[in-house]
Amino acid sequence: MQTSNEDSLGGEIQLDRRAFLSGTGALVIGLAAPVAWAQNAPPSPASVNNRAMLATKLDSYLTVGKDGMVDVYFGAIDGGQGLETAMAQMVAEELDVAFDSVRVIMGDTARTLNMGGASGAQGIARRGTSLMKAAAHARRILLQHAATQLGAPVDKLVVTDGVISVSGEPSPKTSYAEVISAETFRSDIKWNGVWGNGHDVETDAPRKNYKDYKLIGQSIRRKDLPKKIFAQQDFPGDVRLPGMLHARMIRPPVAGATPVRVDEASIKAIPGAQVVHIKDLLAVVAPKEWNAIRAAKALKVSWSDFKPDFPTHEEVHGHIRKAPVVARKVEYENGAFDEGVKQATRVISAEYEYPTHSHASMGPGCAVADVREDGVTIYTSTQKPHFAADGIANLLDVPRDKVRAVWMFGTGSYGRNDQGDATADAAVLSKALGKPVRVQWSREEGLAWDPKGTAAVNFCTAGIDADGNAIAYELISKGFSRENVSTSENSAAATLAGQLLGAKLAARDTFNVPFASYTFAHNRVGWETIAPLLDRASPLRSTHLRDPYGPPILFGSESFMDEVAAAIPMDPVDFRLRYLKHPRDKDAVRIAAEKAGWQKRPSPKKNIDRSAEILEGRGIAFRRHFTTFIGLVAEVRVNTKTGEVEPVRLVCAHDVGMIVNPETLMHVIERQLVYGTGRTTVEELTWDSERVTSVDWATYPVLHMEHVPKKIEVHLIERPDAAPSGAAEMALGLVPAAMANAIFDATGVRIRKVPFTPTRVLAALKNTWG
Amino acid sequence: MAQSVTLIVNGFTHKLSVDDPEMPLLYALRDDIGLNNPRFGCGLGQCGACTVIINGEAVRSCSLAVTAAEGKAITTLHGVGSPENPHPLQTAWIEEQVNQCGYCINGWILEGVVLLTRNPKPSEEDVRSTFSSLICRCGTHNAALRAVMRVSKQA
Repeated sequence: MQTSNEDSLGGEIQLDRRAFLSGTGALVIGLAAPVAWAQNAPPSPASVNNRAMLATKLDSYLTVGKDGMVDVYFGAIDGGQGLETAMAQMVAEELDVAFDSVRVIMGDTARTLNMGGASGAQGIARRGTSLMKAAAHARRILLQHAATQLGAPVDKLVVTDGVISVSGEPSPKTSYAEVISAETFRSDIKWNGVWGNGHDVETDAPRKNYKDYKLIGQSIRRKDLPKKIFAQQDFPGDVRLPGMLHARMIRPPVAGATPVRVDEASIKAIPGAQVVHIKDLLAVVAPKEWNAIRAAKALKVSWSDFKPDFPTHEEVHGHIRKAPVVARKVEYENGAFDEGVKQATRVISAEYEYPTHSHASMGPGCAVADVREDGVTIYTSTQKPHFAADGIANLLDVPRDKVRAVWMFGTGSYGRNDQGDATADAAVLSKALGKPVRVQWSREEGLAWDPKGTAAVNFCTAGIDADGNAIAYELISKGFSRENVSTSENSAAATLAGQLLGAKLAARDTFNVPFASYTFAHNRVGWETIAPLLDRASPLRSTHLRDPYGPPILFGSESFMDEVAAAIPMDPVDFRLRYLKHPRDKDAVRIAAEKAGWQKRPSPKKNIDRSAEILEGRGIAFRRHFTTFIGLVAEVRVNTKTGEVEPVRLVCAHDVGMIVNPETLMHVIERQLVYGTGRTTVEELTWDSERVTSVDWATYPVLHMEHVPKKIEVHLIERPDAAPSGAAEMALGLVPAAMANAIFDATGVRIRKVPFTPTRVLAALKNTWG
Repeated sequence: MAQSVTLIVNGFTHKLSVDDPEMPLLYALRDDIGLNNPRFGCGLGQCGACTVIINGEAVRSCSLAVTAAEGKAITTLHGVGSPENPHPLQTAWIEEQVNQCGYCINGWILEGVVLLTRNPKPSEEDVRSTFSSLICRCGTHNAALRAVMRVSKQA
């Protein structure tokens, strides 16, 4: 019999470089010790993480090795948007080294600083910019060394691909690799003292002028894709440790019910199967994965007689309207809205409902934990590994410096999905069993038990004066807090396992609304939150889902802008251009309209033929998020007989400031518009009074090929002199309003509830048309 | 009772002892043989993350009993090509920079490989139809379509 080790772990996990170096007294520069840990010994469990000290040392950000290779320590992660490549481009640019000489080490808490994680699509804007500063700092030190060696002043030195020469002289030359000493990267560097997303480097080292950029702005291909395409990329679920057990969690049939009696004999016949029951946490484990699955199916459990009495998904918007307000905040206000309404000759108002969404990750939560006396290692694709390690330390009650999170590429999480919960499950089970444990959530868990993106009701009012000017505008978005559980998984209370073990829900009442760009004379934009439906281990607990305060609110605000324009009546593009003042705001709208071939006229179309089977229309939506400016035009075909809405064309004008990698940026925008279309047309979590009833891809429908917009055009607006902003989630939030506006344009019927299912659209047509 | 099963995967023969003849092939590939793809996505045959090719057909390995695959030629993504000797569709996949996270990749590439084997010049509609049952949460659908069309145009 032949055996093969194909598909075995392709990635080499390095020993913690400090622990390794301290044992050898070697140079503190770019040393790596690959360990075939999958086949042999597992890596040293956890490492000392002297974070406060490390943040002040240059080698916590980057090092140059004697071989000329540059290692960049990126304390966040790449969720599949190409950040690994972007980081390499940005650092290589500032350092003047070849792109291929840069390696990016991501998200391992033993080797990187806590720079937060995937959050607000700020990887390039914050982390990339910060690492460029560190690179500039390193470059200055290296050039000082080189100046001494070459006997030339620093300002006469030029660097190309890491080779340093004196301007205008063919020799002498040197290189970064030649000028470094053991102490080079132990140099001090200042930082702002903030951990997580706000982490930043402070240096007065000179930065390159954008006009001299050679790598930034180039469409360099992604580093991660060949490994994925040739089946060489391992994810956390591929980690196999000696003695590892496979686990399946046992969830209650009714949300909030707890296990009262567990019949261990019911799984006796399954080889190696074993029950783990700690407080309200229940799981089965077995050495073989299929046997763990069989045991999960066979296990007989009596559950407590708890009834959560949820308002169902169909009732939830009524519940939101009625429920007492727990917190309220007006985020943007100018003028006096109430006075403005009094001055208006016409007041219009509308309400818009956005559903609950699951992260519905392609791969349900999966993680491996190895809890030992001397330390804890978790293998996870969480978005925020440093904070996840904090949470595991809290959950297991072990010192933080005994926990190491090894981040690995994994399923696209697109928010705080179920990866963090699976990681916590694995840690609890590994501690209880004294063995490494791999937890794989089922498809049902990945939909029914992940933390959710909240439902919302948007209340919009506007006042129009006698001359047809919009003078007053109010948007209040009401819903569940977007943080029933922390988005950073940094405490036991943030995870399902922690709550099952008794940690009380530590909800934060927060919601937020998109930036209000429109310059109405009287403007009030804010939010209200209501209490969670269940205070512990709830399948409906809320947290960040991709673009957390985008689509639920923008669906309302940007649909309503169209309603106000129609009431005036005015062309929807002209309306926006009239009330937007910032040139980048206006350009995003103007360019989207131009590229789409927008024909100016008020919506809806005149003389709509209600007997026609297909009606066509176009709509626009706009947003500014941080310093990203986006206009999106949607063209739709509405089938008046079936209620089906086909988004035939999406045209996006996108201004992100400085563009690091145009091709990857275009891809990120195109793909999120597909995702955004799914959340607009098909996705909706369903539940009854007791449990979530979206349990598979049939009961939680997502976009399939046949409903993907065939034409998606992305137009990048170039602003090389503007600071880079984020792109990985900003455009998707415009899809619901752009499509709703297009449906209105085509039919004269306004859809005020997402998703735009055929049933809902047909009912709306009948309701208006009779 | 444990049962002996012989699988032929990417040209290699593996003799396994399985506790349950109904165990899906996916767990034999991952757990017994130690392959890291295919992947678990739903266990219901609804998404494609676990896809393998068996006797020229794209099959959801999460929904096929291991005993039903006995003795048949099983090919995983790893078996269709390598960086040194890539399948044309893998090359096109890189040209088009298709994936984001890549979790769904087995279904898309392997369904595409099977289609191209049967029909080297598929139309856009052929490809849409082939990909109709697959899920990708990153929204790479159109990029995957472009990759297959790139190969189709070269045929």
